[in-house]
Amino acid sequence: MTDIQIWTLVFVGITFSLYIYIAYASRVSSTADFYVAGGGIPAPANGAAIAADWMSAASFISMAGIIALAYNGYAGSVFLMGWTGGYVLLALLLAPYLRKFGKFTLPEFVGDRYSETARLVAVLSAIVISFVYVAGQMGGVGVVFTRFLGVSPTVGVMIGMAIVFFYAVLGGMKGITWTQVAQYTVLIIAYLIPAVAVSASVTGNPLPQIGFGQILGELDELQRSLGFEAFTEAFTDPRYGMQNMLLITAALMFGTAGLPHVIVRFYTAKSVRAARYSAVWAIVFIGLLYLTAPAVASFSKLEVLDSLNTTPSGELPGWFSTWADVDLITGPDGAPLEDLNGDGMFNYTGGASDIANEVAINNDILVLASPEIAGLPAPLVGLVAAGALAAALSTASGLLLVISSSVANDVYYKRVNPGATEKQQLMVGRITMGLAILVAGYLGINPPGFVGEVVALAFGLAAASFFPILVLGIFWKKATAMGAAAGMIAGLAFTLAYMIWTLEIYFGGAGIAGIPPTGIGTIGMLVNFAVTIVVSQFTPKPSEKMQALVEEIRYPGRTKLVEEHLKEG
Amino acid sequence: MNPDDRQAYWRANLRLMATLLAIWALVSFGAGIIFVDQLNQITILGFPLGFWFAQQGSILVFIALIVVYAVRMDALDKKFGADDYEEGGVSH
Repeated sequence: MTDIQIWTLVFVGITFSLYIYIAYASRVSSTADFYVAGGGIPAPANGAAIAADWMSAASFISMAGIIALAYNGYAGSVFLMGWTGGYVLLALLLAPYLRKFGKFTLPEFVGDRYSETARLVAVLSAIVISFVYVAGQMGGVGVVFTRFLGVSPTVGVMIGMAIVFFYAVLGGMKGITWTQVAQYTVLIIAYLIPAVAVSASVTGNPLPQIGFGQILGELDELQRSLGFEAFTEAFTDPRYGMQNMLLITAALMFGTAGLPHVIVRFYTAKSVRAARYSAVWAIVFIGLLYLTAPAVASFSKLEVLDSLNTTPSGELPGWFSTWADVDLITGPDGAPLEDLNGDGMFNYTGGASDIANEVAINNDILVLASPEIAGLPAPLVGLVAAGALAAALSTASGLLLVISSSVANDVYYKRVNPGATEKQQLMVGRITMGLAILVAGYLGINPPGFVGEVVALAFGLAAASFFPILVLGIFWKKATAMGAAAGMIAGLAFTLAYMIWTLEIYFGGAGIAGIPPTGIGTIGMLVNFAVTIVVSQFTPKPSEKMQALVEEIRYPGRTKLVEEHLKEG
Repeated sequence: MNPDDRQAYWRANLRLMATLLAIWALVSFGAGIIFVDQLNQITILGFPLGFWFAQQGSILVFIALIVVYAVRMDALDKKFGADDYEEGGVSH
């Protein structure tokens, strides 16, 4: 066993024991605790839990690499602005009002506000979006275990499943929330330490968010000389011109605001005011990682380009061979690594260079290799592995809770057996959660080839289905049940059809005006808004009582109508 | 709260929201994308300004927007004497 493996085991062991201990200490016995932690989580803790829930394996492991490599710098801003900007919409337009409405799940709001049909569409969408997401998380767990501990991905995913099973099934939302607080702490420390160390050693400024400005000039220069477009320049890639940058960013923003597993977190706040402050804490905690990611991207890109193009292949730093060994660094298009021009180096060059490119680097390794790239000792490499696992597991557990509450609350309790006791509901919730973990694990071990694509597309689908009817449901008393159902179906159908038409794995069509499948959700959202508004004009208005209730949630304090609505369950 | 107060409260809420969302769109879609080339002519601490807005500035402004929203809404609640928040959990 190498030093790195030993330290990884140590950190993973310590953090996993901590999660299990927390779960045991906060085990629950009521449905309110199970679904929303009894609404009794203080704002800073809730903020940290939201942040951990929000930041998935994609944010922690992949984002910096995607910015640096796949999107070559500036264009990667779509993810930075999209994911954090969507949070602003959530905090201002949705969170306080949904908290006031006071139900457990997103389908519950949709069902109460509109109709049973709308509830059903919402349940289905929530479950599909959550499963797509959770499969990605389990896959991330597999990557980390394979790379750092040398076990097979299957064993890795199974260990992850067992841990999640233990604390999610036992502790429900309460256990998950407190575990996520611990997971946020682990993941942010793991992310910041290598970034601070690199920034301090390269620029002398320990704040990577400011320090990386100093190397941008050098990086642009180096990229140009190697035949890449400049890192900081905008619109150099025709796929990411101004129109598409706007559309993709907007799709990510509006989609993020409509993700069911994040919205439900605001129900765990003590009051409307606590919901607002949970949002403040969460954006601060999320911002810390998102402000650091572009710095990690720039520092790593510079180091990678520099070492590959100036160092003979035999003398490359350790991270190169560790990742080449597991085929995450290969030749172009997955071919074996080969020194094509015989200059003794693996050249990493862009399309405009005279020297042919000899290297392809997987987006996911940039962050995992960041401690080694920074020349940090083995214990820190282990810490990053534990951080990546924390990011993946925290998001997975939040998603599993959405699946379980959708089935147990929205389907079983509301439709199948309205007379169910607390105990029966809890039992159904736990069984659903267990089954969901098994399905998620299966998807993590045998990922359908299209998962990666679909995760990115889930945002477009969420934007086109949920966002408009949530906003209209809150701000427009006269939005009708049929309007919302028609809007959701129109938005979803339009967006799905365009995605299937343009995605390479399906028809590979050219699309309209070069709009990529990742950006079409923005147009789908506008379609949904238009259809909901038009159909609402011609269909039966919501009941007087519902209109009055929608009015009530605009004002502070718990009023009689809201009180009654909550009692009706 | 009487009906007049309610209306005033809701208007103030909407005004605050509209202002904050206008800033939200200006820094991200505006400074980060539409005007990025022009802003990139200016360099501060090594950052071309448009690039900085797209990768740092917009996020910093987003954080500020949410803080301002929470603080201003608190003040609004207090002004209308509606700051006795229910601490009860979600009933079922």
